[in-house]
Amino acid sequence: MCDQTFLAIVFGPCDKCSKEKPLRPVYIKSEQLSFCSLCVEMMATEGLQENETLASLKNEAESLKGKLEEERAKLHDVELHQVAERVEALGQFVMKTRRTLKGHGNKVLCMDWCKDKRRIVSSSQDGKVIVWDSFTTNKEHAVTMPCTWVMACAYAPSGCAIACGGLDNKCSVYPLTFDKNENMAAKKKSVAMHTNYLSACSFTNSDMQILTASGDGTCALWDVESGQLLQSFHGHGADVLCLDLAPSETGNTFVSGGCDKKAMVWDMRSGQCIQSFETHDSDINSVRYYPSGDAFASGSDDATCRLYDLRADREVAIYSKESIIFGASSVDFSLSGRLLFAGYNDYTINVWDVLKGSRVSILFGHENRVSTLRVSPDGTAFCSGSWDHTLRV
Amino acid sequence: QDMTEKELLKMELDQLKKEVKNERQMISKTGKELKEYIESMAGEDPLLKGVPEDKNPFKEKGGCTIS
Repeated sequence: MCDQTFLAIVFGPCDKCSKEKPLRPVYIKSEQLSFCSLCVEMMATEGLQENETLASLKNEAESLKGKLEEERAKLHDVELHQVAERVEALGQFVMKTRRTLKGHGNKVLCMDWCKDKRRIVSSSQDGKVIVWDSFTTNKEHAVTMPCTWVMACAYAPSGCAIACGGLDNKCSVYPLTFDKNENMAAKKKSVAMHTNYLSACSFTNSDMQILTASGDGTCALWDVESGQLLQSFHGHGADVLCLDLAPSETGNTFVSGGCDKKAMVWDMRSGQCIQSFETHDSDINSVRYYPSGDAFASGSDDATCRLYDLRADREVAIYSKESIIFGASSVDFSLSGRLLFAGYNDYTINVWDVLKGSRVSILFGHENRVSTLRVSPDGTAFCSGSWDHTLRV
Repeated sequence: QDMTEKELLKMELDQLKKEVKNERQMISKTGKELKEYIESMAGEDPLLKGVPEDKNPFKEKGGCTIS
């Protein structure tokens, strides 16, 4: 005798229409339900409709993107370098390293200037965050974070505190004290909590609020004192790698760049994305506002830097050369906005003429990739940090 | 983020609809303004025009001479 398996037919109320009928097992999102045969039929056709709406949504999205491109193209009446044709070309530049800050035990990942134009905070892979006096090269403060890969650090506008974070998924604020007896780590304040690594942070106009960007795909605005989340910014499709706040005169916006190749401009109060730009071919590692606030530059793994005009709502310049094949990790403008400094993974820093689109100078000196670069607040110098464990001013 | 693909697409769609309505200006105008900004600030840009050695806070520290 062979075993016979019988289809056990359960009779009872259908999970969908509640009528008493013979039921069939149905699996929805790994949950088992029992539907009557009529409802099973309806489910099957609904599934079809579901797919149709998905496809039609995708189509609508594509056509809207096309329309957006069209609208943007209408304004593309002239190239930036054409507008700048009559501008005097820049002469040869000689820029020398004036200071080399040594002391990190591992790759320097991020740095920021203090508003006093001489102090610098830098963070590295070994978990150390150091505050330097760039004039004397002395280390003024040092703190060891409980995590490695401190990818973000920022100086508070008052100069009295620093913020940093990385693989610990948090952004912590350390007040700076000159009292030798005080342990800096003891006063640490955890402000931001993300669900993935912290990639960038920046104080807003005051010491009271911090803006963060994270590998979890979001940016967030926090109140430092209470640690409360004030606003969150969703929209990136992948890790957010960088952010920059608009210069205070132009209002409450910031720009962020991510692994989804998009640069997005946000309204800090509403949490809404105002504009987005997707012209890079790879991750955007760095974004920086133009000094007037009407444009921003981005540096990407696709080895190009690009300038986006916010009022024309489009990319207006690409800074690239066939000979440059390594990604740009960090960008910043000179005081007037005429020069764009960009640090690359091929250990060099290229200086671009923003208006003409040409390279003005190439700076050598670092022995490993340049990971971070910032111009000082008064524009007299810029500092670059590198995987070769040093910072150069 | 645990949203269905449909919900993500809807979000993207709404965002795109908003962006299409953004006000835009011609590059001939905005580019010109960028250029004008640079020209107005260029005189003040130390990295652009260089800094005289005696005013440079980062100049190399001189050695001491004992005469």
